[in-house]
Amino acid sequence: MLKGKVFRFGDGISTDHIIPGRYTHLRSNLPELAKHTLEDADATFASRVRHGDFVVGGKNFGLGSSREHAPLVIKMCGVGAVLAETASRLFFRNAINVGLPILLCDTSGIQDSDELEVDLTGGTVHNRTKGFTVTCSRIPQSMLRILEEGGLVEYIKRHGDFEF
Amino acid sequence: MVFTLAEKILGLKTGKECRGGEIVIAPADLVFIQDTTGPLTVRQFDAMGFTKLANPKRSVLFLDHAAPCPQKEFANDHQLMRDFARRTGAFLSDVGEGVCHQLVAESWAGPGDIVVGADSHTVTAGGLGAFASGFGSSDVAVAWALGKTWIRVPESFLINLSGSLTRGVYSKDLILHLIGLLGADGATYKSLEFGGEGVGNLSVPDRLTVSNMAIEAGAKVGLFPSDDLTREYLEDHGRGEQYIPLSADPGAAYERVLDIDLSVLEPVVARPHTVDNVAPIRGLDNTPVEQAFIGTCTGGRLEDLAEVASVLKGKQRHPDTRLLVAPASRQILSDAIQAGYVQTVIEAGGIILPPGCAACLGMHQGVLGDGESCLSTANRNFLGRMGNPNGFIFLGSPASAAAAAITGHITDPRELM
Repeated sequence: MLKGKVFRFGDGISTDHIIPGRYTHLRSNLPELAKHTLEDADATFASRVRHGDFVVGGKNFGLGSSREHAPLVIKMCGVGAVLAETASRLFFRNAINVGLPILLCDTSGIQDSDELEVDLTGGTVHNRTKGFTVTCSRIPQSMLRILEEGGLVEYIKRHGDFEF
Repeated sequence: MVFTLAEKILGLKTGKECRGGEIVIAPADLVFIQDTTGPLTVRQFDAMGFTKLANPKRSVLFLDHAAPCPQKEFANDHQLMRDFARRTGAFLSDVGEGVCHQLVAESWAGPGDIVVGADSHTVTAGGLGAFASGFGSSDVAVAWALGKTWIRVPESFLINLSGSLTRGVYSKDLILHLIGLLGADGATYKSLEFGGEGVGNLSVPDRLTVSNMAIEAGAKVGLFPSDDLTREYLEDHGRGEQYIPLSADPGAAYERVLDIDLSVLEPVVARPHTVDNVAPIRGLDNTPVEQAFIGTCTGGRLEDLAEVASVLKGKQRHPDTRLLVAPASRQILSDAIQAGYVQTVIEAGGIILPPGCAACLGMHQGVLGDGESCLSTANRNFLGRMGNPNGFIFLGSPASAAAAAITGHITDPRELM
């Protein structure tokens, strides 16, 4: 069970919001790059986020680039999970591959600073502030295993191949 | 039994019947990285303990995004990638050769190939009938090592084309129009498949431009059938043997069908800050443009530069508008010099940038100032994309960008023809 506070974002948060192109030179220096996470959506996010907090978006979260650095820096900020109504294919797959939980659910009732409890295996999000629970779409079994084993690199180190 | 083009290609490659929604393990015919996603791919490859590529002759590293390097960090990343190519036998496409997606079309991909690229615009090769899609660095590292990846077989939309484009209206206008209809997430996970008699009226470079932007509606792939035009393109690039005819079966199951008559399309632009914020160019006349950027994997092909030259010929850029032109590959630059297009750009007051991604993603060669607007032929206009969150990016055809460079504001290119 993950517990934390919500950082609320709107629809259409792009990979350029998450890591702007002007910081591309920092991609081989991830701790530095992480200081700019989501900077163009909320300039104070990286300094305020605490371990276990949640990034909550609306529609089409993470649209744009294939840059795996986007979920990677969100994870490095300590974020427990990303919740969104829908996510881009690339961001969703990359999040799983770097071991960042991503859940798709109705986020319309979730507001900034709400306290959430997220049950990854059960696929539910309980809003402790507002007192309601929403159910998330199921992650395909094969992807869930990659996530549970800590991401694709750890998965392949363990199994040497795709086991599905 | 009938199949969509996506199901057909994946079925041929996996040797089993593939249907939308299934997850399959598919062999990768071409696996590539570029210099902003590639260094992480190299590190993930090493972290998994791999030392050998499954298929070095079909593994490519492109140095195109920071080309040449504006900062030492990029130069060090380039060293890492050159070293990786040397130790594994992968092919290195160095600074100055051009944008990965253009080079994949010129030299690598063919119909029916599965292309795994560490870049979202890998979808470009769908214009040749390749199942080409973008992946993150870890997925690409695994594809390099194992020669395969997992793919969820996409459900498909059919974009049924009829007629042909009229003067001053281009494939860029077609794909922007379509993205405006679908929305930025309207085709998420889907295969956008183009069909109908209108396909034959689009050249291969046109198709590459259309497929390139399939991702801007969220699609996994943007697929054209392969036909005589595909065969001629491959023959012209010395790869005729890679041609196979491929198309969806009549009666294949599509989740959605959209009919587009090419002959009624008008020039359009995508307004800041989303690609689906599409509007007719006519209503935006008089929007000032401080920079016109012509180039990239979307709008930097020889055919694009030919249209640009025809708009610019004998004219001067507006004194308040910078004109930047980056041919998408070394071959295109060379051909554009031969054809006189480069001379026309220079005489109009333009700047020729080296073949590569140039100003597209905000690292160098055309970063915007606060409050400035750019009419760009690239594929994204996200907030901050061109290096400054206080800049404004409009996306349009190469002819529209050239027209804006002349008048200093957004202009219907047909007014200058």
